[in-house]
Amino acid sequence: MKKAFKRFLERCTEGLLLLSGGTTSLAILLIVLFLFREGASFFKSPNIESGYVLAVHPENPVNHLSPEQIKRIFDSEIVRWDEVGGPAMDIELFRFSDMVQYVPEERLGADFEHVPAVVDSIVMAHPGMIAFYPEQFVAPEQQLKVFPEATIRPEDYFLGHDWQPTAHPAPQFGVIPLVLGTLWVSLFAVIFSLPFGVAVAVYLAEIASERIRKVFKPLIELLAGIPSVVYGFFGLVVIVPLIQKGFNLPVGETGLAGSIVLAIMALPTIITVAEDSMRTIPRSMKEASLALGATHWQTVYRVIIPCSISGITAAIVLGIGRAIGETMAVLMVTGNAAIIPHSLLEPVRTIPATIAAELGEAPKGGTHYEALFLLGCILFVITLVVSITVEIISSKQKSNLT
Amino acid sequence: MSKLAAKDIHFYYGDFEALKGITMEMTAHTVTAFIGPSGCGKSTFLRLFNRMNDLVDGSRMTGLLSMDGEDIYARNIQVDELRKKVGMVFQRPNPFPKSIFENVAYGLRVNGVKDSGFIASRVEASLRAAALWDEVKDKLRQSAFSLSGGQQQRLCIARALAIEPSVVLMDEPASALDPISTAKIEELIFELKKDYTIVIVTHNMQQAARVSDKTAFFYLGELIEYDDTKKIFLNPRVEATQNYITGRFG
Ligand SMILES: Nc1ncnc2c1ncn2[C@@H]1O[C@H](COP(=O)(O)OP(=O)(O)OP(=O)(O)O)[C@@H](O)[C@H]1O
Ligand SMILES: [Mg+2]
Repeated sequence: MKKAFKRFLERCTEGLLLLSGGTTSLAILLIVLFLFREGASFFKSPNIESGYVLAVHPENPVNHLSPEQIKRIFDSEIVRWDEVGGPAMDIELFRFSDMVQYVPEERLGADFEHVPAVVDSIVMAHPGMIAFYPEQFVAPEQQLKVFPEATIRPEDYFLGHDWQPTAHPAPQFGVIPLVLGTLWVSLFAVIFSLPFGVAVAVYLAEIASERIRKVFKPLIELLAGIPSVVYGFFGLVVIVPLIQKGFNLPVGETGLAGSIVLAIMALPTIITVAEDSMRTIPRSMKEASLALGATHWQTVYRVIIPCSISGITAAIVLGIGRAIGETMAVLMVTGNAAIIPHSLLEPVRTIPATIAAELGEAPKGGTHYEALFLLGCILFVITLVVSITVEIISSKQKSNLT
Repeated sequence: MSKLAAKDIHFYYGDFEALKGITMEMTAHTVTAFIGPSGCGKSTFLRLFNRMNDLVDGSRMTGLLSMDGEDIYARNIQVDELRKKVGMVFQRPNPFPKSIFENVAYGLRVNGVKDSGFIASRVEASLRAAALWDEVKDKLRQSAFSLSGGQQQRLCIARALAIEPSVVLMDEPASALDPISTAKIEELIFELKKDYTIVIVTHNMQQAARVSDKTAFFYLGELIEYDDTKKIFLNPRVEATQNYITGRFG
């Protein structure tokens, strides 16, 4: 009777475990799916501000402009049609708000019913003109050539060098600066924190006395739990001014500041994980090395570190994971300029910081909103690629026995 | 002159006195066996000769331990240099997670030997001395973990021999092995005697009788009897020794 009950309980536990494991995996899968689905609809969005059209003279052979070209035209960086594959003509800009410079307001009609005709006549009079106006004023009798509706192409997004989601008339969604910013900041964070982390782990595992270890280990574990805003605040108050003075920069909010703050944040994780793995190395392994006349230091770098390589790998992955995904602290100290970083001493902007900063002001379901979702997907893929790469490298390291 | 000498050795783990005044000498090119019931301090005593107990926090030793007449606990002794002269084989095989070759080469490498030709020849010689060469010569680059337990233990012996120590300490080297591997290791010990001074801890009376020239019987941290192996096994002076050997106690 008792036995049957016990078996029943075991079954129940088993079932519960299976259920919770299954639902968790399913939930994660669904989240990823949701991210990608939301993100994918981004490529169905128009490549200029929605509700507006672009139009040119009918004899102008240009039929399509990329968001970047549109922006540069309206910023007067591109001033001739031949730069975008058109005739050798100067480009003249016509924004809807420029209307009154061409015709007196009363000619537009009480309900703006004459606007389509006016726009048409203005464009027809200027062969090099490009007009940007609301699509409600497109009319069948117009002679000008309205650009066919175009969507944002993947290359505009993935290879674009400009991130200005609120730019007129064409918002810019080039992710390269954000991706590079994320990679730079994370890479240097790991470069800064890894040697220190491993060094402290070796110290704690091998050199420190039991008393020191008992004090330091919990302290370090505690550091891992401090909210990132606190680290960000610390970075803002201490590190940013230090960098500004030290390198004599106009602003201290730079990629370097972000890397240092992230390195400090990743340290506790790296130390804890690496130290744990070093302590699980069998004592006999250490004794074998020492008994062969190796010094303590030789034992550390020939036996202890190679033996704990899988733990150190885990530490790296977790450290990078923390660095790549960290939002708040980075947002606070990196200056958030969406420009392609040429050195660590320039402001940069990372993907998580962008999402956090912009999601609130992006209208739900709009192009900007979807672009941010897609950024989330990119972040997901980057993390995945990094984890897999580190895993592959470390397993090579392990099988490479020499 | 004796190779190893201990004079009134007391050893403490914290407050616990594990060795209570041990005095004995070991001659060069002999095999000395330490026997005695579990916990009597055999390993503790053995590990004093290569200062392995230095690693134990809160341990303390008094008395004089010398090798070739030199105090090995003297201030000016470099412990890593001492350990190059006093090799050790542990109870459980403990190869490094490296290749067979690198396991044997380890001692040379940490010694700063760079000449790869020399290393290769030492590795071969050591593996031959440990009677393992024929079994592994075609797979030197494979992981040491691919070997059987008995092979791993012989690998550990080869590893200890590679740096040409003059003393080899063995703490129950065959306790985790099958009879065939054990026999191989015993044969090996017999061979090694020519070049090395060997101290072996064992719980196997037959083994002690087979391989050793001298036997020391320990009990509760004291050296009860130390004499020629023949004498100990055929005609011990102390009754406790007799009882232990015949299995009536322990
Ligand atoms: N690191 C240690 N800390 C505290 N006490 C220890 C330590 N190592 C051994 N001891 C104690 O010292 C005594 C002797 O231990 P030792 O390992 O030398 O015995 P042994 O004769 O080798 O036994 P066995 O035959 O089981 O290996 C035992 O009572 C043991 O509990
Ligand atoms: Mg023992």
